[in-house]
Amino acid sequence: MTTIAANPADLHDHDHAHDDHKPAFFQRWFMSTNHKDIGTLYLIFAIFAGIIGGAISGLMRMELAEPGVQYLQGWATMMQGSEATLDQAYHMWNVLITAHGLIMVFFMVMPAMVGGFGNWFVPIMIGAPDMAFPRMNNISFWLLVPAFALLLGSTFVPGGSGLGAGTGWTVYAPLSTSGSVGPAVDLAILSLHLAGASSILGAINFITTIFNMRAPGMTLNKMPLFVWSMLVTAFLLLLSLPVLAAAITMLLTDRNFGSAFFNAAGGGDPVLYQHLFWFFGHPEVYIMILPGFGMISHIIATFSKKPVFGYLGMAYAMVAIGVVGFVVWAHHMFTVGLSVNMKMYFTAATMVIAVPTGIKIFSWIATMWGGSLTFKTPMIWALGFIFMFTVGGVTGVVLANGGVDDNMHDTYYVVAHFHYVLSLGAVFSIFAGFYYWFPKMSGRHYSELLGHLHFWVFFVGVNILFFPMHFLGRQGMPRRYPDYPEAFAYWNEIASLGYAIMAAGMLIFFINIAYALVAGRRAEGNYWGEGATTLEWTLSSPPPFHQFETLPVIK
Amino acid sequence: MAFASWTKSIGFAALVLVTAPLALAQTPPAPPVTAPTPSTQVAPATDAPAADAAPADAAASALDSSYTPMAPTAGKGMPVDKGIDFQKQYSELGEYAHWLDTSVLLPIIVAISLLVLALLFWVVFRYRAAANPNPSRVTHNTTIEVIWTLVPVLILVGVAVPSIDLLAKQYKPAPASAVTVKVTGYQWYWGYTYPDNGDFEVVSNMLTEEDAIKSGEPFQLAVDNRMVVPAGEPIRIITTASDVIHSFSVPSLWFKMDAVPGRSNEKMLIIKEPGVYYGQCSELCGARHGFMPIAVEALPRAKFDAWVRSQGGTVKGDEVAAAAPAAVPAAATTTPAAEGAAAAAAAPAAAQ
Repeated sequence: MTTIAANPADLHDHDHAHDDHKPAFFQRWFMSTNHKDIGTLYLIFAIFAGIIGGAISGLMRMELAEPGVQYLQGWATMMQGSEATLDQAYHMWNVLITAHGLIMVFFMVMPAMVGGFGNWFVPIMIGAPDMAFPRMNNISFWLLVPAFALLLGSTFVPGGSGLGAGTGWTVYAPLSTSGSVGPAVDLAILSLHLAGASSILGAINFITTIFNMRAPGMTLNKMPLFVWSMLVTAFLLLLSLPVLAAAITMLLTDRNFGSAFFNAAGGGDPVLYQHLFWFFGHPEVYIMILPGFGMISHIIATFSKKPVFGYLGMAYAMVAIGVVGFVVWAHHMFTVGLSVNMKMYFTAATMVIAVPTGIKIFSWIATMWGGSLTFKTPMIWALGFIFMFTVGGVTGVVLANGGVDDNMHDTYYVVAHFHYVLSLGAVFSIFAGFYYWFPKMSGRHYSELLGHLHFWVFFVGVNILFFPMHFLGRQGMPRRYPDYPEAFAYWNEIASLGYAIMAAGMLIFFINIAYALVAGRRAEGNYWGEGATTLEWTLSSPPPFHQFETLPVIK
Repeated sequence: MAFASWTKSIGFAALVLVTAPLALAQTPPAPPVTAPTPSTQVAPATDAPAADAAPADAAASALDSSYTPMAPTAGKGMPVDKGIDFQKQYSELGEYAHWLDTSVLLPIIVAISLLVLALLFWVVFRYRAAANPNPSRVTHNTTIEVIWTLVPVLILVGVAVPSIDLLAKQYKPAPASAVTVKVTGYQWYWGYTYPDNGDFEVVSNMLTEEDAIKSGEPFQLAVDNRMVVPAGEPIRIITTASDVIHSFSVPSLWFKMDAVPGRSNEKMLIIKEPGVYYGQCSELCGARHGFMPIAVEALPRAKFDAWVRSQGGTVKGDEVAAAAPAAVPAAATTTPAAEGAAAAAAAPAAAQ
């Protein structure tokens, strides 16, 4: 190993002098082996998918704004080109909820966090020139494109009562087998196969990179917390996705080849599918939030001008969350008819997760304690994250109680809970990370004013959108309903109003990005100053096409 | 109807004769002197009702096979406009669970959220760059780390005690004497079968908006045929499904259980007082998932028995009286003023 002491300025010049020859457009973006370019592709992909997934939720909030079915029949008619029946309209609703869930999970949050920020910053933060398997990295990304195309394409072919897959993102059998005739669900399953394969390859790449390509002196216990979070996330992906792949393969054979894995009449069990799905599905929710934990740690430390509090506790808390996350899955199945011992165990185990999560929340606050805080855009998103994630976390503790969950299961309370941890947790952390690193990635500054405005409008919007869902759920409104009794009208209308505010916030975001790319001030290497201490801040903005040809040495 | 055949089966009738008075009287199975043995061929109609335990009014109500759907009480057993809390609970376990949420969990989660919010406000105010230009370098404090690990553990243990207790109570099986209702989910309606009462099935579909308004019930909760059960006594609910997974859910009874094809899930329910309690299917089951509501009507025992008869079902005890006049010509059943309990009870049989 080379042991040349790295002077950031030297590295910078060195790289620029020899290694900044970028390939031509097609080769650079379509045959890329560069982790930063692939990261950029992932981020663009995630933004694109996020617009579609977000637009779908807009359709849903539009329909739910008042009681009665106002728009679904028209939309279904548009989709199929002939007058839609009421059943086809209701099926359209199920297609919308399915697409919204799958797109946001597999094509927005995961690509943005793991593919986007992970690809961009894991190699840089550990002082590596690139990912361990650059070509596999390219395949990981390009598998997502046909996966997304299959999912979108599934909405144009029959899937039971109407066009498209209307099974919910959980694809429960037997609704997804005997309950959905037609190729739509097959296409959706293949889409999940491809997205899953993409993620498994990505996970292998991250694990190999992190274990083998750290710069000299960077022991595991010196690794930045974002890298720790990606390492844990990669293990979760590697261990959980094959189970999903198995489950949905069995769905395929049940659907097409006469097997009966999930068909009670043939000796199978519909509940088995749920066990398999949630054995994947619960780690999946941590996959969506752990990289956010990592990013928030960096952002809080940077803008407090203080190293993160309790580094080892933070790292091991993530490992603990990952491990415990594998043994709590059946809390998603509390009403399916579990035995009393199972329900007691899963109640207790689920509550345990609150402990490492609490450690993280308090450690972030302790990081700020005694610091010198500045409130740039990433910092206010991080502060918003901490509070919103806390709110989503504590409602999770309520839901963890199997006996209490009997009433809340499959109601809007659950919808409120997971949107607080994901839409206000994971997505807030994505925005925090995006604003934190955007000038690093693009070389241009966005407008602080627009960034703050985006935060406040979005923050107000999502809270008005999701908080009333707690009330609806406690009152008993079930999930996945296109229409509801009059009594639920008030809070639904408020929620839809919140969506409109949130959408206005997103408009500000896109204006800000356009402004930055067109007229943004050029960003220097370390634009956050002394609080930003990880290796990406030793490079130029944007970093050279190949960085660290001479490895940095960590003291 | 299935039980038409057993009127011919003396053996079975005799067995019923033995058990029915016992069930009615709810006495330990000490053999009453009047009870005939199953092998007795003599119709013991005159003996069996003579068992002291059969109360006179029960015999009188056995006449009754009238049923008028109960009008729902506004705000009872249904969501209320702008509501933010759980629906008022009408089962003891529902009250317990509601207490666990409102008096234990909700205060804790509000307190934790406010604590985090207050700490955030404090650090934002106290440690802003203008107020604290020189950051400290403190990154460890074992005491505080141990505290914020152990305190949550203790809180969770505190929560777990009533939570586990609630679970244990929820899983208490129904006594053998409980009325059994088998709930079957179909795409997209519910079927309620009463295996202990002649195994008849009530098919329950959502009312259209006009019909719901006409009957003064909330649209999308109102159904044509409700699941009728006795109030104040244990009911054994068994859920299953015939096609895809559905979920039988009644928020005001804190009751939710998936209806899974090929499985029978069983749970006890005790509804404290008569009333109409609405619910909705709570597992995505296809296009009309949102349009297969549940309406449970709890009635006093006598009225429940009358409802069972109005559905052509049988009530334990009726057979006692029915046995003797089982051979009575069907014409007798058309007499509404029939004096003997037998006439009304025999009606369904005769209708066959």
